[in-house]
Amino acid sequence: MNIAPAEDRSLIHKVVRLFLIAVLACAGVFAAAPAMADTVGEEYENKILGNVKNEGTPLAGVQLIVEGNGYTAEVVTDAEGKWEIGVPEAGTYEITLVEDTLPEGIAVLEGGATQTIEWGFTNTVVWNFFIGEGERNPTSQLDQFFMRVFAGINFGLLLGLAAIGLSLVFGTTALPNFAHGEMVTLGALFTLFLTLAGVPLLLSFPIAVALSALFGWALDAAVWAPLRARGVGIVQLMIVSIGLSLTFRYITQAFLGGGTEQLSGALGSPEIPIFRTVTLSVNDLVSMGVSLVVLIAFAMWLLRSKMGKATRAVSDNADLAAASGIDVDRVIRVVWIMAGGLAGLAGILWAYFRPGLKWDMGEKILLFIFAAGVLGGLGTAFGAFVGAMIVGVLIETSAQFIPSDLKYVGALVVMIVILLFRPQGILGRRERIG
Amino acid sequence: MSASKPLKKAPQKTTGLHVGDAAPGVKKVDPILVADHVSRKFGGLVAVDVEHLEIPRGAITALIGPNGAGKTTLFNLLTGFDKPDSGTWSFSGENLAGVPAHKVASMGQVRTFQLTKALGLLTVLENMKLGAKDQTGESLFQSIFPFLWRKQEAEIEEKALEILERFKLLKLKDDFAASLSGGQRKLLEMARALMSNPTLVMLDEPMAGVNPALTESLLEHILDLKTQGMTVLFVEHDMHMVRHIADWVVVMAEGRIIAEGPPEAVMKDEAVVDAYLGSHQDVDLGVVTGRITLPKEKK
Amino acid sequence: MDFVSILNNTAQALFSPVTIAFAMAALGLAIHFGFVGLLNFGIAGFMAVGAYGYAISTLTFGFPWWAAFLAAMAASAVFAVILGIPTLQLRGDYLAIVTIAAAEIVRLLLLSTTWIETTGSADGLVAYANDFRSINPFPDGVYGFGPWTYTANQFWVLIFALIILAVSAFLLWRLVKSPWGRVIKGIREDEDAVRALGKNVFAYKMQALIVGGIVAGLGGALYVMPSSANPMLFATSLTFFVWTALLLGGAATVFGPLLGAVIFWVLQAFLGSLLPAMAQAGLLGALSSAQAGALRFVLVGILLVVIVIVRPQGIVGDKRELTFVRK
Repeated sequence: MNIAPAEDRSLIHKVVRLFLIAVLACAGVFAAAPAMADTVGEEYENKILGNVKNEGTPLAGVQLIVEGNGYTAEVVTDAEGKWEIGVPEAGTYEITLVEDTLPEGIAVLEGGATQTIEWGFTNTVVWNFFIGEGERNPTSQLDQFFMRVFAGINFGLLLGLAAIGLSLVFGTTALPNFAHGEMVTLGALFTLFLTLAGVPLLLSFPIAVALSALFGWALDAAVWAPLRARGVGIVQLMIVSIGLSLTFRYITQAFLGGGTEQLSGALGSPEIPIFRTVTLSVNDLVSMGVSLVVLIAFAMWLLRSKMGKATRAVSDNADLAAASGIDVDRVIRVVWIMAGGLAGLAGILWAYFRPGLKWDMGEKILLFIFAAGVLGGLGTAFGAFVGAMIVGVLIETSAQFIPSDLKYVGALVVMIVILLFRPQGILGRRERIG
Repeated sequence: MSASKPLKKAPQKTTGLHVGDAAPGVKKVDPILVADHVSRKFGGLVAVDVEHLEIPRGAITALIGPNGAGKTTLFNLLTGFDKPDSGTWSFSGENLAGVPAHKVASMGQVRTFQLTKALGLLTVLENMKLGAKDQTGESLFQSIFPFLWRKQEAEIEEKALEILERFKLLKLKDDFAASLSGGQRKLLEMARALMSNPTLVMLDEPMAGVNPALTESLLEHILDLKTQGMTVLFVEHDMHMVRHIADWVVVMAEGRIIAEGPPEAVMKDEAVVDAYLGSHQDVDLGVVTGRITLPKEKK
Repeated sequence: MDFVSILNNTAQALFSPVTIAFAMAALGLAIHFGFVGLLNFGIAGFMAVGAYGYAISTLTFGFPWWAAFLAAMAASAVFAVILGIPTLQLRGDYLAIVTIAAAEIVRLLLLSTTWIETTGSADGLVAYANDFRSINPFPDGVYGFGPWTYTANQFWVLIFALIILAVSAFLLWRLVKSPWGRVIKGIREDEDAVRALGKNVFAYKMQALIVGGIVAGLGGALYVMPSSANPMLFATSLTFFVWTALLLGGAATVFGPLLGAVIFWVLQAFLGSLLPAMAQAGLLGALSSAQAGALRFVLVGILLVVIVIVRPQGIVGDKRELTFVRK
C-alpha cells in the first residue's frame, strides 16, 4: 500500500490532524501517518470498483473519493492499481479521482475528475477513468473548491431554515429542542406520502409544509404549553424533547423501514454549467432559490409585522415583553408553528440535497442545526441564519483539506469552542448567559 | 414597629480602633482586612470604587448604605465570588486578590448570603458537618475507607451538636433544612459558618426576612461572635440595630466609601444623611430605618 | 405465537453481559447527573472510549487482558478530564449540547477511515478477547439451566461482568455515603454555598466526572467483550437509552440505575420478541416484523417522557432529593 499525497496536502493534513488530536488527546496512537486501504466498506453489498492504469501500466497510490447519500469514503489504489469501495446502498454517488495523486503530467482525459456513478442491474459497478498524458486542468482543484462552496451555501440555507426555528424556540422558551431533527424529517415524510397518495409534486410541497407547521402547533398545544403551565423544570423539558425525538424517529422507522426513499425528481437533475467547469443541478438552484425567498419573507415578517416584532421582543426578554402587554403564550404558539413549517421545508430540501429520505435523516443534521444556532447566537433568528451559512460552507469546504469523512467533526469542534469562549455566539448578547 | 422584646442589655462597645481622625479609608490600629483601589464596573455603571478600606480586628463593623451602594458587590469581591477590575486586598497579611472563593473561605474568612443558602437537600446536622474544615472523609480515595474518617466524623458531630444547642436548633437536627423557617435557616447558615473556626465572619444582611421574634436571638449570636474573639463585618439597613451592636461603621454610597466612624458620629454625618435622604434633613436615621425596639440608652 | 421463545428471550436478558454493561453505564451516569447534577448527554462517548480503549490496547499494543482493562479505565479518565476542564463551569443546557457533540466527535473519529488500521473504521474490531478467554477458570461445558444456559466462555464473561458490577456498585455506594458524597450533594443543590464553606467545587465535580466516566468506560468495555466493537453501537440513541434506564430506576441512588437497566433490557427483550411475533401473526396490521421491532423504541421514547414528568425520582428515588425538578 502506498501513500503518495502531494507535499502541501500532506502538510495541511498534518496541521489539521494535530488540531484534532489536541482536542481528543488520543496522543501517540493516532499520530501515525494515515493509512488508507485499497478496499473499503467490505461489509456493504454494493460495490464500486476499478483499475487505474496509464497506458496499461497500473498506477499505485492514486486516491479516489466516493460521496453521496450522506456517505463518504476514500480509497487508494494498490500495487496493481486496483481499488474497491463498498457503499451502503445503490444510490447516487459522485466519484472523484484526485488528480494530485497521479504522477506528473498525467491527468483525467475525459469526463472530468469528478463523475456521477450510474448503476447497472447488479450491485457492483466498475468505474474506470480514462487517463493519460495531458494537461491536468490546473484549476480543477479550484473549481472543486467552488463546487464545495456552492454545496455549502445550499446546505447552509436549508440548515438556516431549521436553525431559525430552533433558535427562536430557545429564545422564547429557554428550551434546546432535541426533537428538532424529527420536525425536519417530517416535512420530507409528508411530501413522500402525499406524492404516493397521488398528489401532484408541486402541490405536495406547500401541503407538507403546512402539515409540518400544524405539527408544530400541535406540539405546543398538547405538550409544551401544558408543561409550562405546570411549572415543569427546564431539565425535565429537555428530557421530554429527547423522549419525543426517540418516539417520532422510531415511528418513522416503523413506517419507512431502514432504507432510503427518493422524492420524485431527486435523481438525475440536469447539471447547468455556471462558470469554468463548475456546474449546479437544477435541483440545487431551485433549492437555493426557495430557501432565499422563504428566508427573506420570514425576515420581513420578523421585522415588519406586529407578531414578528412581538416574537423578537419575547425572544429577547420574555418578562419585559409580558410586562409590555404582549401575550407571551400566543407568541410562543406562533413560534412553534413557524418552527414546524420552516423545519418541514428544510426537510424537503434536505431530501433533495442528500439526495434521499431516511428515517433518521433529521437526526443526522440535528447537531449541525444546533451548531448553526449556537454559532449565530441562540435566541436570534438572524444569528441562526449567519451561523447556518458559516457551518454549511465550513463543513463542505473543509472536505477540501481534511479527509472527507471527518468534515463533520470540524463543525462540531467549532460549536464546542464557541460555547466555551463566546457562548452568546456572533449576534447574541452577553446578558443571556448563565 | 411591631412589638418585640427589647434586648436585655446594651453591649460593650470597643473603642480606639482607628488611627487619627475618623474619615473614609482611615487606618486601623489592628486591621484584619486591608483593601486598596478595589473597583468593579458593570457595563458603564460603577458598582464599587473603594480607595482604601481597613477592617479592625476583633470588633463588629457594620457596612451600611442605601440600596445599590455596592455593599454586596464589595462583599463578593473581597470573598472571591466576583473578580474586580482592579485592586488588591489582604487578609491577616495574606494577599487575597485573585484567590478563588473556596480558598478564601478555608483561610478563615467565611461569609453568608443575602438569600440564605441553607442546603435543603441535607439535614440540619449534615449542613453543619459540611461546614467543618480539613475533613479526611471528603477526599476521594480516603472516603471509601470509613475507618479512616469515622473518628473525625464523631468529633465533628460533637462540635456541630454543641453549636446547634447554642443556636437552639438542636431538636431540628435531623430535619431537612428545606423544612425550616426562613429565620431558622439564617441561624443555621450562621451556625454552619462557625464550624470552621473562622477569624472573620462576613454576614450579608443577616436580618433580612427574619421575623422580629428571631432578631433578638440573631443579635445575641453576632455579639457572641465578638466575645469569642472573632471579627465581624456585616451589611445591614436597620440603623437601630447598627447603632446598638456595631463598634465601627463604614458607609458606602454609589460604590464609594463616604464616611467611617463610631455609629453615633456617622449617623449625624451630613454626607451620610444626604446619601440616604437626598437632602439636608435633621432626622435621626434610626427612626427612618429601624425595625426593632431597643432598650432606652442613656445618652 | 411462540410464547416459550418470547419468555426465553426475556428471561435471558436478566442475566446478560449486555444488561450488566448497561447497568455500569447507568451507574456512571448516576454519579454525573443523579449525584452531581451534570447534564451529561454524551455517556455513549465514555462507553466508546472504554470499549475501544480495551480493544485497541489488545489488538494494536498486545496488552494482556488486565492491562487492557486498565487502559480502558485510563482512557475514560483522560476523556473525562479533557471534557471536564473546559466544560464543568458551563451552565446546564450548554453542557448538554457540548456533551452530545463530544460523544458524536468520538464516534465520527472512530468511524473515519483515516485511522482504519487501528480502529477498523466502519468494520469495527473483533477478536480481542482471546487473552481474556485464556484465563477462564471454568472448564468447557454447559452451565446454568433453562433459559440461562451458557458455554464456558459466555459464563466466564457473565461472572466477570457481575463481579465488576458488584465491586463498582459497592465502591460507589461507599463513596456516596461518605463526607465526599455529602459535599457532592451540596454541590448539586448550590455550588456557591459549598464554595463559601471552603470546598474546591471544581475539583469535586472533576473527580465525580472521572469516577463516573471510568465506570461507564468499563461498561463500554464489557459491552463489547462478548462480540465486536463497532462505532454504530455508540450512537446518540445509546446515551438516551441509558438515560431512560437511569431515570426509570432512580437517578440519585446507587441501586436505581441497576434496577432501571435490568427492567429496561428485560422490557426490550420482551418487546423485541413479542412485537415481531405479533406482526407475523398479523395482529399489527400491515406492519412487518422488522417494523414491529422498531415499535419498542417508540415505547422507550414515550416511557422517557412519562417518567420524567410523572415520576422523575424513578422507582426507588426520593423526590426530595431531586434538584432538577421545579417544585
